[in-house]
Amino acid sequence: MTPLTWAMAVAQALLYAAAAPLLIGWVRKVKARLQNRRGPALVQPYRDLYKLFAKEVRVAHTASPLYRLAPYLIFAAIWLAAASVPLVALGLPTTTIADMIVLVGLLGLARVFLALAGMDVGTAFGGMGASREMLVAALAEPALLMVIFTLAMTAHSTSLSGVIDYQLAADFVPRPSFVFALGGLILLSLAETGRIPVDNPTTHLELTMVHEAMVLEYSGRHLALLEWAAQVKLLLYGALIANLFLPWGIAEGLAPAALVLGLAAILVKLAVLGVALAVAETVLAKMRLFRVPAFLNLALLLGLLGLLSHVILEVGA
Amino acid sequence: MTPPAPLTFAGLAIALALLSALISLASARRPALLRILGMPLLAAAGGVALLGGGAALLGDGAATAELPLGLPWLPWHLRLDALAGLFLVVIGGVTTAVGVYGIGYVRGLEHGRDPLPVLGGFTGLFLAGMLLVVLADDAFVFVIAWETMSLASYFLVAFQHEQPANRRAAFLYLLMAHLSGLAILLGFGVLAAFAGSFEFAALRAAALEGPWASLAFALALLGFGLKAGLVPLHAWLPEAHPAAPSHISALMSAVMLKVAVYGFIRFVFDLLGPPQWQWGVVVLALGSVSALMGILYALMQTDLKRLLAYSSIENLGVIFLALGLALLFLATDHTLPAALALVAALYHTLNHALFKGLLFLGAGAILHGTHERDLEQMGGLLRRMPWTGWFFLVGCLSIAAMPPFNGFVSEWLTFQVALQAWQLESGVLRSLIAIVAAVLALTAALVAACFVKAFGVAFLGQARSRHVRRARPAPLSMRVGQGLLALGCLALGVLPSGVIALLAPIPTELLGQGVAQATALGWLWLTPVSPTTASYSAPLVLLVLAVLVVLVFWSRQWGAVGRLRRCDPWDCGFAPPSARMQYGATAFAQPLRRVFALLFRVEETVETLEDGRRRYRLAIADRTWGLLYQPVARAVEAAARRVTRLQSGNVRVYLGWTLATLLVLLWLIS
Repeated sequence: MTPLTWAMAVAQALLYAAAAPLLIGWVRKVKARLQNRRGPALVQPYRDLYKLFAKEVRVAHTASPLYRLAPYLIFAAIWLAAASVPLVALGLPTTTIADMIVLVGLLGLARVFLALAGMDVGTAFGGMGASREMLVAALAEPALLMVIFTLAMTAHSTSLSGVIDYQLAADFVPRPSFVFALGGLILLSLAETGRIPVDNPTTHLELTMVHEAMVLEYSGRHLALLEWAAQVKLLLYGALIANLFLPWGIAEGLAPAALVLGLAAILVKLAVLGVALAVAETVLAKMRLFRVPAFLNLALLLGLLGLLSHVILEVGA
Repeated sequence: MTPPAPLTFAGLAIALALLSALISLASARRPALLRILGMPLLAAAGGVALLGGGAALLGDGAATAELPLGLPWLPWHLRLDALAGLFLVVIGGVTTAVGVYGIGYVRGLEHGRDPLPVLGGFTGLFLAGMLLVVLADDAFVFVIAWETMSLASYFLVAFQHEQPANRRAAFLYLLMAHLSGLAILLGFGVLAAFAGSFEFAALRAAALEGPWASLAFALALLGFGLKAGLVPLHAWLPEAHPAAPSHISALMSAVMLKVAVYGFIRFVFDLLGPPQWQWGVVVLALGSVSALMGILYALMQTDLKRLLAYSSIENLGVIFLALGLALLFLATDHTLPAALALVAALYHTLNHALFKGLLFLGAGAILHGTHERDLEQMGGLLRRMPWTGWFFLVGCLSIAAMPPFNGFVSEWLTFQVALQAWQLESGVLRSLIAIVAAVLALTAALVAACFVKAFGVAFLGQARSRHVRRARPAPLSMRVGQGLLALGCLALGVLPSGVIALLAPIPTELLGQGVAQATALGWLWLTPVSPTTASYSAPLVLLVLAVLVVLVFWSRQWGAVGRLRRCDPWDCGFAPPSARMQYGATAFAQPLRRVFALLFRVEETVETLEDGRRRYRLAIADRTWGLLYQPVARAVEAAARRVTRLQSGNVRVYLGWTLATLLVLLWLIS
């Protein structure tokens, strides 16, 4: 772990924060095109963030100090989680700080603070959002860990770098367990990032909100940080899907050529994933809250199938 | 011969605990005595026990002593090894905080009608009993100390006996404690029958195997599992623990349950011969069921102390789950994962003692400041009781296994051990461990939901009743007591390598396998199996989080507007929201109740009152009552009714029975 690798790790973390709004802009653009609209510019999310940062913060009388601390902590936790996911290059020291289980823990920390912040003002919507978010999380987390277990048991490592290394070292072998795990992870990403069909990020009806209900009271820079954190989280899940299951192209060293290739590879992968997300959001409708458990149980089932097919079919084979 | 130093400390701790008990007896005349002398002495006893335990963990080898007490042919054997040392640390650490906290807490009881000598006296005896259990080196002392602990805590549960619910809880507790004591006694009996002695050294040397070993194991699991509150034997726990005064609840939940864990580890890993894999499966299954059911029931509670008690069942489930993994790996000759699993279980034991102690002390502070245990009446306490609130938040984050707090480390270790399942030869066992890991993950997520509910409803939002709106902050001593435990939670979360280095002698001693590789890369990194397999750096996580929060916070200066204006919350354009419009504890848990509806017995009724208003009632009951306890109770009652036929009131019939019994006995011994 030389200073250079640490510098690269910091650069990658900054890239996460910088590129996150672009991904959401891309998804919105594609979605608008699919709906025969022209849609806002790709950089519109940056403008929104800039606008929010410049606005005055309004805080309810009933809010406690926790309410004002939460956006900073949530952003920091999600950013740190993102920094531990390889985006462009492998073998960076940030991946040794946190392995996949710590990643889940950090996202959990952010979620707990978001739910608490939602309950802090003492309105019905905040509590409703918090309650629903914890329901979704409670059902999503076991499924996510099953996916992680499938990968970790195959690679004998819970380190993200370790799993990707393993994938790259093994030639392309179609493993049934990985197919199940990929399916599970895709469903989970939709749930965890609050996309359709689990939650609708653009809803204006308080009663159907989950994520939006928790941040309903936030404004100004607080809201900007929460929005930004949500965008980083989307990028994080995109990078997880792209790099864990299709790692080809990622830079294994720190040579400039490899890094450029890695950057290009991840851009292409994320662009494709963004299109897929936009298509899914266009053709699917948001589910009723009590249909969500069935959706997440499907993810859990896929995760378990992946793990069992690994444990039964692949160990020792 | 003078006993070596750590044991002296432990003996001194027991003496101080008994002294605290004695002095408290005088507090009937002078109520302040309990506060001025009784509680500080208790804290001192805890501190000394902590020192003794620490010295035993750091030193090498076990210290032993014999006391000329007890039976003529069996003096009391005491022994302090690394395992006992760790549990001394657990008992001592929590007791220190509870003692300091108690100084403020018992003041609130001084003007009540409750008998203070009973409280102080039995608290000291309770502590002495727990310390002696851990030190015992023969079955005789062990059982005496165990019963002392159980009986003393019975009187503490029954302390506020004016309320019928408390009397009922205390009786149930006594019944279960006796069943547990009986099973343990029989378990030791099986071992001693083969060893020919009650001394642990002899039991250890006998290394029992075969069906008798399984019988002894089953008895030990029943006895210690009952005391630890494993599902389905848990029903007494959520009744008994909340009934005691809050600092005693903390001792019972945080410490006494750990003594049961100690007993189980001592019995199964140390005294009993080589384990069989079936034992591991049984413990694993019991542990996962307890973890899941415990937290699901905790989620449904609206009484804060009952919620915490149910959550103790969950945590004990997690500990037994890790112990089950250890047994499974040990029985299949994979000693390294077994050692790691044991370390994970011990780490979680230590963690649970700290955060559950902290949370119960927090619940006590709320009770002290508002006289309220019902979550549905609380709200907004963070602004009225900021210290208690932030400490309680630390406890919630720790128990919900959030990095970088301590609960996360033990859970992470347990997952890492479960991930070593690929080493097992049997596909069935590998799948079993995978499913158990899924249950553990579900449990962890539900714990987060449960404690978001507990903290959010109690401390955030607006007060839901008048007395909560006027809550008084806790006095200094109570804040210090909570602060000590909160500091412990953070320290154990941020420096896991140091803690594991301290725990390392225990697996070496019990399994002959160390965990040196876990801390091979220095204090900054935790690498349980090997650096490439998994690594976690809690100090760096904390550091980066802190730096990022400060950086982002500082960067707000760059924004055009740094101002912040207060306003009313969003009201959809109607009247401002009142406190009754907030989500309450029941409402928060409603979606999860619906999803897991099969596991609860839910009774919902809507009745129309005479004046036309409607009343909604909701009762959520534990299914085990109907499935297990009531059938047993009915069977006992039916048997009792049969036996009453003997009681005819005719003295000649009684004499006939006596004669018959005598004849049968004579025939038996002839």
